[in-house]
Formats: sequence, structure tokens, C-alpha cells
Amino acid sequence: MADAKAAHHDAHADHPTGWKRYVYSTNHKDIGTMYLIFAITAGIIGGALSGFMRWELAEPGIQIFHGLAQMVYGAPEASALDAGKQMYNVFTTAHGLIMIFFMVMPALIGGFGNWFVPLMIGAPDMAFPRMNNISFWLLPPAFLLLLMSMFFDGTSGLPGVGGGWTIYPPLSTSDATGPAMDFAILSLHIAGASSILGAINFITTIFNMRAPGMTLHKMPLFPWSVLVTAFLLLLSLPVLAGGITMLLTDRNFGTAFFVPSEGGDPVLFQHLFWFFGHPEVYILILPAFGIISHIVSTFSRKPIFGYLGMVYAMVAIGFVGFIVWAHHMYTTGLSLNVQRYFVAATMVIAVPTGVKIFSWIATMWGGSISFKTPMLWALGFIFLFTVGGVTGVVLANAGADRALHDTYYVVAHFHYVLSLGAVFAIFAAWYYWYPKIFGLMYNEFLGAAHFWITFIGVNLVFFPQHFLGLAGMPRRYIDYPDAYALWNAVSSWGYVITAFGVLVFLATLIEAPLRKRKAADNPWGEGATTLEWTLPSPPPFHQFETLPRIS
Amino acid sequence: MVGTLLRNTLVIGLAATGLLPTTTFAQSGYAAPGEIGLQAGVTPIMDSITAFHNGLLIWIISAITLFVLALMIYVMVRFNRRANPTPNRFSHNTLVEVVWVVVPILILLVIAAPSFAVLSDQMTVPDGERKYLGSDIFSWGEVEVPAPALTVKATGFQWYWGYEYVDQAVGFDSYMLDDAQLAALKPGEPRLLAVDNELIVPVDTTVRLQVTGDPGGVIHSFAVPSFGIKTDAVPGRLNETWFYARKTGIYYGQCSELCGKDHAFMPIAVRVVEKQAFDTWMKTLQQTGLDEATLTLASID
Repeated sequence: MADAKAAHHDAHADHPTGWKRYVYSTNHKDIGTMYLIFAITAGIIGGALSGFMRWELAEPGIQIFHGLAQMVYGAPEASALDAGKQMYNVFTTAHGLIMIFFMVMPALIGGFGNWFVPLMIGAPDMAFPRMNNISFWLLPPAFLLLLMSMFFDGTSGLPGVGGGWTIYPPLSTSDATGPAMDFAILSLHIAGASSILGAINFITTIFNMRAPGMTLHKMPLFPWSVLVTAFLLLLSLPVLAGGITMLLTDRNFGTAFFVPSEGGDPVLFQHLFWFFGHPEVYILILPAFGIISHIVSTFSRKPIFGYLGMVYAMVAIGFVGFIVWAHHMYTTGLSLNVQRYFVAATMVIAVPTGVKIFSWIATMWGGSISFKTPMLWALGFIFLFTVGGVTGVVLANAGADRALHDTYYVVAHFHYVLSLGAVFAIFAAWYYWYPKIFGLMYNEFLGAAHFWITFIGVNLVFFPQHFLGLAGMPRRYIDYPDAYALWNAVSSWGYVITAFGVLVFLATLIEAPLRKRKAADNPWGEGATTLEWTLPSPPPFHQFETLPRIS
Repeated sequence: MVGTLLRNTLVIGLAATGLLPTTTFAQSGYAAPGEIGLQAGVTPIMDSITAFHNGLLIWIISAITLFVLALMIYVMVRFNRRANPTPNRFSHNTLVEVVWVVVPILILLVIAAPSFAVLSDQMTVPDGERKYLGSDIFSWGEVEVPAPALTVKATGFQWYWGYEYVDQAVGFDSYMLDDAQLAALKPGEPRLLAVDNELIVPVDTTVRLQVTGDPGGVIHSFAVPSFGIKTDAVPGRLNETWFYARKTGIYYGQCSELCGKDHAFMPIAVRVVEKQAFDTWMKTLQQTGLDEATLTLASID
């Protein structure tokens, strides 16, 4: 303790202060904080985009986007409707890309990963602190490029990228004539480079900088989840980079990778994209798995049940995640045997996922559970992820997917696992580690209110979308037949409630620093056993100058 | 209004608890208002999808979800801080760990058997000999389906469909009717689904459907929920599927692959007519033209 206090005292001696402290930062905690602030900012922008979409879809007919296009783009009244239709597609595209690349990944991997992987493995910092700096600082320009793409010429004089986050050619090549698509491609290149650098940093840190005595099989589950995630990033992102580079050269330099009339094949891009895209969804959820394990164990005051099973379930999910990509492509004309293989491989993932769910419940079994805010979010995660998981089993069956592919059922499914899964884990982690990061206690009442409002809101948004999908409503539609009005209205009202939940979240961010409730080093008691709780709250600028020994 | 609301609330409640297969108010051709389940099928393929989803999958996933929920509620009640102040410390139990690997595998096998059968049916164009599952997904196939007697090629354009009767060498385009056209030409047909020229096919006939995209255009997807078909229209590729509609009527679908600003406005409408009527229509189409051919149908209905 004395050492730590002393280190804190002259913490300013060895690092820049003011704006330089952040721009030049090589400190994993400062960089982690910047990632978290970045993710919150991007999340609010991405969430606002979905707000306009839900507003539009609240009733049949085109309500707001023609007006929005006139206001934002200055579209002339005569072509406002066309501009509005394109703008809707631009919003769905930007919402998806922002939430994936600029909200969930920066929050879970960049934010919590940076903050807590070194702390939990007993390391003073990341292995490559300067690379850590550039990993973060590549993100704001990437985000800026994506935002700029919304205002450049996209297709036939209408602004923005309207090809969906999947950016399939030829819609993203021959049809997207303006520079907007190139901006989006470069944005993904840069965000991808940022993630690959981050992945290299995490792998090196975890392999080489664990405290003496901490074997891989003693390492906490959150660093394990980040390790598996980092491998997925390292192996999948280059494939995306290759695919979008081929898009770029098809668009600008006369290549014909995806041009059927010149011997190319648009479906090739889909294979490349989903070879990245499927591991990507596990990249989004695996760190959440790690976080939930710690929170469940902490608030049950019980060690994690089946630790090794949990570790190898994550490894198995990561591995199998690479060999199931074409289950996103059942309708593209894959042969019967190929579809059979992808059905079988995809269903296999349900087994390790089930191991995780049941192990979390077994961790709570026999425990002494206290329902603090992080635990509420974790419990919400487990249930909602289960709902999203079982609809995934439905969609894995190519035979059933024939009816559900590209409908709102798919939208409901992936929002249950990501918007309600990954995001609930982000909030769980936020409240769990808030005292450690900021040295302050959040307001328990506001935190719980945030949870309950969000829980009700997001379920109202997404559960009815299963009905819409089963009834055949295709996704990425600005307008829909009148039969789908009821559940779309319910879904849009759910958004209103969820948005109110976001306001409560922002209130917690203001309330805590105003009230300045000092957080203890370990506010969660005996259940919190990982190394970060042995440090002061907030931890000193540099920690573990004497490495902890793990027995 | 209040009645509908009450009924819907009840249905949601039941569906949410998994007590109800989601077919409650299905109708033919397109979704009913407030629909919560699959559209009613009129082909052996959609029969098998419906049986697979409503008869098996939804029960299994509801049971799993409720089981997990029940376990969670149990631990929250039984093992909270007040009920159980002193936590246990165990972290292993080999038996349950084996059980929760083996039981899910068994459940997946129960799903996989009909899943592969349903998929094989979809992907195998009838030859007249092969038997299809229909509603009985745990059978070896009992439904007889004749070999294709008609080949239709659907081409996706931005933003309409082109239909070609390959062997008859005739074809036409099919555009969505906007609100004004709908009111003038086909009042009573559903908004965003009704088209000027439906694809006309005979009832009780296997139709081989080829799907492709405009060679210089983008990808679309041809989908008709009542038929249980969805096939991407990819430029440079000729995808194939098939359907055998057993009931006359108009069946609607919508483009199911993002294709640009009017993605939501290029519906598919397939009108299934009696064989006799189809022959007359086809003859008139070949000899005089589409408008005259359409008139022969209107007089029959």
C-alpha cells in the first residue's frame, strides 16, 4: 500500500500532463479510458441513427426520411423521396458499422481489455505501449471517415453508403458510383489496422507478461476471453482487409474480382466477408463472456464453476467460429452438400455455448447472491443471450432459414445476442469496474433504474421483431405492408423507453462525480478475487512495480 | 379495436410463454395484420418448413429458454444473500458437466434429422419419382410431386422483376403499383405487394424457377413465403429452385436482398390459376399480347 501511494504521489513526474497526457499516452489505463469515452460517444451517435429508423418504421408509409433528407442534405423537394430512401439505407449501414467497429469493439476490447487485462494478469502495462497509443488514435480518424462517407456522393447523386454493413458488390461497386463507398472502405481499413495492432499487443502481453506463478490455466477468464478474441481478430481481419481492398480496386483500378461480366463473382466477396464476419460476431461477444463470469462469481461469493470448461468452451467457440461462415449465405445458391455441412458445423456451436450458460448458473448455485447493479446486468445478459442463442439454433437450419433469411427474425436474433448480449455485458462491466476506474461509487438506485428501464425497453424493441420476421417482413425496408404495422409500432415504442434508459445512464455519469462517494479498494467484498481489487481505487499511474506472486 | 388488442395481448402472452405454435391467424398469400407466425403455406416445401418450425423448433427453443429462466429464478430465490448467507465453495461436478454436454448434443440430433430432410427436399427438384415430406417431417417422404412441367426465369432488376417463360419464349416485366395506381387498378389488393403484372402459373403443377440478376445490376432475392422459397438473384449466376402450388390465389413476396433505394418497392406476386385458365392465358399471351391475356383471367375469376 505504502509503495502504491508513493507511486501515486510522484505519478506526474514521469509522464506528460494536460492534453499531452492523452494524445501522447502510453499508459494502458489512460488509453483504456479514452477507448471507453470514444465508445460512449460512438454509441450515442449509432443509437441516434437507429432512433430515426424506428421513428420512420413506427407507422406504414414514409414518415420522416424525405423531410430529413431535405433538412440534412438540402435535397430538392422533387427528389426528396428518393433521397430519403437512400438516406434510410445509409442510416442502417452506418448504425451497423458504428455499433460494431466503433462502439462494442472499442468498449470491450480497447476499453475494458486495456484497463483490466494488465491488472488481472499482474502486469505493469501492455507489452507495446506505443503501439497501444496508435491503436487508439487510429480510431477517431477511421470514425471520422465513416461519418464523412454519409455526406459524400454515394449512388446516382444521392449521398452516403447505402449497401448495408455487409457492403456486398455489385451494390457497393458498380452501383455505388460516388466516393462515399471509398471513404467507408478506408474507414474499415484503418479501424481494422487499429484492431490488428491491438490484437498483437494483447497476445504478446498475455503470453509474456503474466505475473510469476500465473500459468495460463490459472489466468482469470477475462484475459482468457481477450486472448481468444485477439486471435480471432488477428486471423479474420486480414481477410476483411483483403476483401475490401479488392472492392477498392474493382471500384477504382479496373480489376474484376467481383464483376461477373468479366469473369469475377459477386458471391466470392460474400465468402470473404463472412469468413471475417462470423468470427467478428464472436469477437463482439467473447469478451462479454469473460466479464460475465467474473461478475457472476463476485456477486455469488463463489468461485467460477468449471473454470477449465469455461476456458475451452471459449477456445472451441473461437475455433468453430471460423468454419461456419456460409450459414449467412444459404440463399446464394450453395449446393445441397455445402449447406448440409454448414448446418452441422453451425449447430455444434450450441454445445460450448450451452456449457457457458449452465456454468454461470452453476456458479450461482449454492452461492450467496447480492443483486448489485453489475449483477442485474449480468443476469439480464444470461437470459437475453439465451433467447438470442436459441433463435440462432433455429437459423442454423438451412431448411428453416429459407423462410427467415433476411427477415426481421434475423434482426431480432442478432440484436438479442449483441444489442442485448454484448451491450448488457458492457454495462455490467461498466458498473462493476466503475469504482476501480474512477475511484468513485456510482449511484445504486440510478444504476438499477438504468437496468430495468433498458431491460423493458430493448425487449419491447426486439421481441416483436421475431413475429415480424416469421410473418415474412424483410429487413432493411423503409416501408412495409400494413399487416406489419402493429409489431413495428410496439418496437418503436420500445425504442422510446430504451432512449429514456440512456438518459438515466447519462445521469449516473453526472451524479457520481458530483457526489464524490469514495470507492474502497475492493467495494465488492470477498467474492472479488482477481488482482485489480488488490490495488487502490483508482489504481496508481503505474502498478505492480514489484510483481505479485501467484501461488 | 379493443377486441383485437385483447386477442393480440393474449396471443403474445401465450406465444411468449411458448404455449402456442405461432400459426394462430395465418391466411393465404400474405401476412395477416398483427401476424406472429409463419404465413400459411400452399406447397409441400412450406408445409415441411412450417411443421419443422411450428411443430419442433419453437417447442424446443421455448423449453430451453424456460428451463434456463426457471433455473435462474430458482438460484435467485434460493441462493440470494438473505436465503443463503454462507456460500458454498464447490466449483466442479463432473456428472452435471457431462450431462450438459451430452443432453444438448442429443437435442441437436433430434433437430438435425428432420432439418437435413427438409433441406434436401428444398434443394432437390422433383423427378416424379422422389417422395417429399410435406407436413410429416419425421417420415421418409409420402407426398408425391410430379416432375416440372413449366420453367420460369425470374430476373431481378433495379427495381422490378422480369419474368420469362423459358420454353414458351414469352416474358414480361412486373412493377409494384404505387398508391394511386393501386386505387385505380386493383383496389383491395395489399399496398407495397400488388404489382401490375403477376407471374402466372398453373395450380397442381411443378414449376422450375430459375433466378438471376440483371447482368449489369446488383443482387436481389426472390422470395415467396407461402411457397417456402427464397433464392438470390445474382448477376452472372443462374440459381434454381422449384415450387408446386396446390391452391389457386395470389401469393406475395418481397425482394429479400438489399438492392438500393427501392429495395422495399419491388414485390413479387405469383398468381396461381387453374390449368385450363393458364393454357388459355398462355395461348393469348403468345398470340396477341399481355393485356389481352390478362383479360382472359379476369373473366374466369
